[in-house]
Amino acid sequence: MRRLVSWMFCAVLAGMALGCAQAKKTANEIEVWHWMTDRQDSLQALAERYEQQTGIKVKIALFAPSDSYTQKVIAAAQANVLPDIYGILDKKSIVASFIKAGYVADLTEAFKADNGAWEKRLFAKAINNNRFVEGNVDKVKPGIYGVPLDVSNIQMVYNRALLKRAGIMKPPATFDDFIADAQALRRVGIPPFVTGFGEMWIVDCFASNYAFNIMGEAKVMATFRGEVPYTDPDWIAVFALFKKLADKGVFMEGIVTKGNKYAEQDFALERAAFSFDGSWCVNIYKTMNPGLDYGVLPLPPVSSNFPMRMWDGAGSSLVVNDLSPNKDKAVAFLKWLTAAEQQTYLAEKTNNLPANRDAHRAFTDVLGGFSKVMENTTHPNIWPLNEDPLVVEAFDKGIQAIMIGDETPQQVAGEVQSVKVRQMGRAARP
Amino acid sequence: MLLKTYNRYTATRSLDAFKNFLFVFPAVAIFCIFYIYPFFELFNLSLHQWQGIGPKVFIGLRNFQELAVDKVWWTSMGHAGYITLIALTFQNALAFALALACDREIRLKHFYRLVFFIPPVLSEVVVGILWNWILNSGMHNGQQIGLFNNFLAQIGLPHLIHNWLSDPKTALTCIAVVHAWKGFGWGFIILLAGLQTIDRQLYEAAKVDGAGMWRTFWNITLPMMLPVIVLVVILTILGSMQVFVLILSLVNQGLVYHTEVPVTRILGAMSGTNQFGYACAQAVILGILLVTVSFTLKSFSNRIKQA
Repeated sequence: MRRLVSWMFCAVLAGMALGCAQAKKTANEIEVWHWMTDRQDSLQALAERYEQQTGIKVKIALFAPSDSYTQKVIAAAQANVLPDIYGILDKKSIVASFIKAGYVADLTEAFKADNGAWEKRLFAKAINNNRFVEGNVDKVKPGIYGVPLDVSNIQMVYNRALLKRAGIMKPPATFDDFIADAQALRRVGIPPFVTGFGEMWIVDCFASNYAFNIMGEAKVMATFRGEVPYTDPDWIAVFALFKKLADKGVFMEGIVTKGNKYAEQDFALERAAFSFDGSWCVNIYKTMNPGLDYGVLPLPPVSSNFPMRMWDGAGSSLVVNDLSPNKDKAVAFLKWLTAAEQQTYLAEKTNNLPANRDAHRAFTDVLGGFSKVMENTTHPNIWPLNEDPLVVEAFDKGIQAIMIGDETPQQVAGEVQSVKVRQMGRAARP
Repeated sequence: MLLKTYNRYTATRSLDAFKNFLFVFPAVAIFCIFYIYPFFELFNLSLHQWQGIGPKVFIGLRNFQELAVDKVWWTSMGHAGYITLIALTFQNALAFALALACDREIRLKHFYRLVFFIPPVLSEVVVGILWNWILNSGMHNGQQIGLFNNFLAQIGLPHLIHNWLSDPKTALTCIAVVHAWKGFGWGFIILLAGLQTIDRQLYEAAKVDGAGMWRTFWNITLPMMLPVIVLVVILTILGSMQVFVLILSLVNQGLVYHTEVPVTRILGAMSGTNQFGYACAQAVILGILLVTVSFTLKSFSNRIKQA
């Protein structure tokens, strides 16, 4: 009996050891890690199609939610067990760390081959999200390090029926129109505007759109470099917009702690007339309320000094593991995946905007509205430099404080500037 | 002869000890790999500046120095303390009262035991979604969306309708109450198990001596339950000081800094601002605090038992 128990114990230990070992892959097999739950089935179908065409098996592994996926990728990088293809859902400085650690292949040559055929068929903005330019602050060798699978941008959506109920015949063209429309909606008991301001990135996105509109990109970048303080009147004007929106009753109740999923639900269920959401919302609204009658428009500008720029949500990009023995096969698969036929299939199945320009031609209505501003988008990943994360935290939390009446725009500006000064001091420390 | 026997005896003992060691070795190894090593690695990382990937820069105790003057961190400690206080009082008083009720011969006591244990077995995310629905604010077609606000409107108290989770005056208390609601079942089960170990003859003897309900509780139930109460208090403190999933589920990334607790700060430092070293320093401080509180309470309980 004792011997039997000993054998069983050894067998369990051996099983555990084997379980910890990585499964061996064949030379004709590549592995992709991603976080996109809505694209898993379509990617799986495309992987099967690719295997039929080329004989190369593509294993698509989904790890969700995105926070867990991010942690998994970091842990896998530390353990050096990253797959052939994966995505890095993090700030560009972190992508730079992956590149410098040798976990991301430089795809510039592949993009430039055949007179740049691959590069030309994808949106420049989407490629630029994955590009490190000469003299970049992260000190990464210039090049293109990722392949955009799809693109997205974040705009305002409006419910036509609710606007009509408040007597509004056309969507607002300016910020003042927007305030006036919101008050008209309030008068008939309709909450005007909802979005996921409980998630800091949305606060940041909304505020930086207006910062670009009020002071232009050059001044925003000068602020990041520390040359313009956050106490500058233009920045106070950005903060003051949130106070005005709050004071005029534009925000739906509870907006300040609302997650974007809840905000999307509120808009889809016609509980609010306007929302600020990404192009992915088309798929979400379709699932929640197929009959929803809505349109899309850029955020109404507050100033005519500079153009209103839409945040491109950076879409979804995948990178190739530079240490992978199947690097060439991985690049070939990504090239195939971003060809017009596969991109059209993905767009049809998932309602996401494809990275391939040719696949955009068929879009009409809402998705078309998102599609047509693609060339006028911006994103922190393509900015020459980004703000310190602690300053961004103070900035976003400060805006929340303005929205709930905790602080004034001037107070928030002062606090953000003091964090900025502290962080610049730290950065200068040896 | 005696020496030979002694040698054989010691050899057998050593062999037995070795065999015993082999049996405990897997557990010791797992404990070392998954608990001891990570703790030392955590402390090591807290002495570095690190983004989570790439080179680590040794900075000595600088992370701890910065933490010492980080107002948001210490405020978050205060918030966790507030949630813990509500849990220790409201949650545990409720758990004890219900345990006492279910310890008596009442009808449907098995049903009640089952019902009271439902909240703890629910996932914190599910509880968060559920309470978000209850505490939601806003109107749709002239009706309050949130169940609680709707209830207030229905019973003629519309002036009490409120943005429960978006007002700094109520958000943290709402979180604390939901946490207490979710956690009281654990205390209830442990306290009930403790109550059932008390010898019934003690109660009968007290009754014969003419002791009333209050005197019986004070002189028999409470002293006999003291080790269990200390255990529940320690578990409550550990659970409440580390609450965070519920907070993320109720208020996402928080209401300014009004709903920050230590673990949300650690999470923010790791995934929000990529300061892994700083996050580790925060985790070390929180860990030391919790271990100190637990040992203090345990020694306090031992001292009372001896007295």
